[in-house]
Amino acid sequence: MVSSRLSGTGLTLAYDQRVVATDLSVTIPDASFTVIIGPNACGKSTLLRALARMLKPKAGAVHLDGSVITSLPSKEVARRLGLLPQSSIVPDGITVADLVARGRYPHQKLMRQWSKADEAAVAEAMRATDVAGLADRIVDELSGGQRQRVWLAMALAQETPILLLDEPTTYLDISHQIEVLDLCADLHEAGRTMVAVLHDLNQACRYATHLIVMRAGEIVAAGDPTEIVTPELVEQVFDLRCEIIQDPQTGTPLIVPEARRRVAAATA
Amino acid sequence: MNVRVGSWSVRLAPRALLVTVLLILIGCAVSVAALATGEFTVPVPDIIDALFGQGTPVAELIVSKLRAPRVVTGLLVGAAFGLSGAIFQSLTRNPLGSPDFIGFTAGASTGGILAVVAGGSALVIAGGALLGCVATAALVYLLAYRGGVAGYRLVLVGIGANALLLAVNSYLLTRANINDAATAGAWLTGSLSGRGWDHAVPVALALAVLLPLCAAISRPMRMIEMGDDAARAMGIRVEVVRAAAIAAGVLLSGVATAAAGPVAFVALASPQLARRLTRSPGVTMASSALMGAVLLTAADLAAQRLLAPTQLPVGVLTAAIGGTYLVLLLRKDRH
Repeated sequence: MVSSRLSGTGLTLAYDQRVVATDLSVTIPDASFTVIIGPNACGKSTLLRALARMLKPKAGAVHLDGSVITSLPSKEVARRLGLLPQSSIVPDGITVADLVARGRYPHQKLMRQWSKADEAAVAEAMRATDVAGLADRIVDELSGGQRQRVWLAMALAQETPILLLDEPTTYLDISHQIEVLDLCADLHEAGRTMVAVLHDLNQACRYATHLIVMRAGEIVAAGDPTEIVTPELVEQVFDLRCEIIQDPQTGTPLIVPEARRRVAAATA
Repeated sequence: MNVRVGSWSVRLAPRALLVTVLLILIGCAVSVAALATGEFTVPVPDIIDALFGQGTPVAELIVSKLRAPRVVTGLLVGAAFGLSGAIFQSLTRNPLGSPDFIGFTAGASTGGILAVVAGGSALVIAGGALLGCVATAALVYLLAYRGGVAGYRLVLVGIGANALLLAVNSYLLTRANINDAATAGAWLTGSLSGRGWDHAVPVALALAVLLPLCAAISRPMRMIEMGDDAARAMGIRVEVVRAAAIAAGVLLSGVATAAAGPVAFVALASPQLARRLTRSPGVTMASSALMGAVLLTAADLAAQRLLAPTQLPVGVLTAAIGGTYLVLLLRKDRH
């Protein structure tokens, strides 16, 4: 049995009256790069938000280090578990350094607002995300990719051993998507438990050490992508017929959707 | 700029600090000018004597009994409006989300007019205003509530309530007898004329209680401006902070309106001016309060002296000064 600091058992998740998932159980293996994937509206972001205590389950509970997460002081949780939400609002006119510094909030007190540890954590977070050179720039004026790195830096400055990311690559072009995912992989290698909701199955297979596949509020499969991703699974979850080959770069599964019309040369 | 003493540490923005100091100095200068000048000029050394009960009887009457309470009421009411504006603009993430736009001060006016028509004393009028403000805020909040209150919905519902209440106020004025209508009309423009210590004390008490609260919630509020999820992820109990902020903001605009009437524009302009001067990202409680205090006292001084002996209600001037300055600053923003 793998060790796990973060897990959910018997979760019923709902927005108002609209039930998204019932009796969902999930385990996030420690030191994994877990990726949650599934078609639109399958409840993957909802599950992530529940794990991050953003959404209170109607039934069941999320456990962090053996305690029900909502029973722990909120600031205490924020020192162990970070979340990069899908969309955050950039405060008007804020500089990169100031925004990253806000990640230190859970470590600060009214009388201790800027310790040496705060300063060191912010410097390290900006170094790791390669935004130190942008420190005095206004966040609003940055490109989408740079901005996402700044938000990541803020989450890193929080210095949590577990970091959850809700669709961190949405709205980014392909090179910035890879840049952000490579950064996440680095953070995972440095010892953090990373949990991300992603859209792209191939990217998920490439980066995840643990894949959770969802459809219609249920977890259909979970495990090492190399072991669980099969054409049958993809068809069952995404209604997509496909072929699976080895990613020439990483050896992980690469999904090639079936074409409606084959090019003559390929069939010959 | 980092300040560390032992385990105590704070991070200060030099520009915000400078603006704060300047606002305090300007506030002092304006207050002294308001105490010294007028139909009867009192030299500055005599002011100090009079305030400490050492002056001539005439100077004491003019400074301590007439001018000082007016100045103090102006400073306190301005600070309360500034803070209340800062709170609601932060909560709604919208400059138009200030209490004078989302119906709170209009509701206070309705309460005030009803009290005037009922023939109430100054105290009853103040009570009516406070009650009107709280009731309107509760109504707007409930109408905008849908499993939480989104900023834009609060602003839209508030603007609707504001329009409705302004219509009610006009109707009440047309139905009132001529004397009541005149009294209510003067009160509605917002005025510091004839304000005594009994006007200043309730505002001072409210500020004494609510200022520490505002100081405590200002950092969490800046985090909430980034979005509820972002703030929650940092360990902020968003609902608790928001409830405290709403309570503080409503009470501040209520007591301020009760003391001086619905003075236009201070709540809207002060936080925006403070923010642009300090170039601070996010709500700035201290500088918004100071800006409100300076804006209102300076406007009141101008209202008394500009067209002397004709005395203007301060609300006319706050709108003119605050509005002009804000337009100028916004013009500069574009470049």
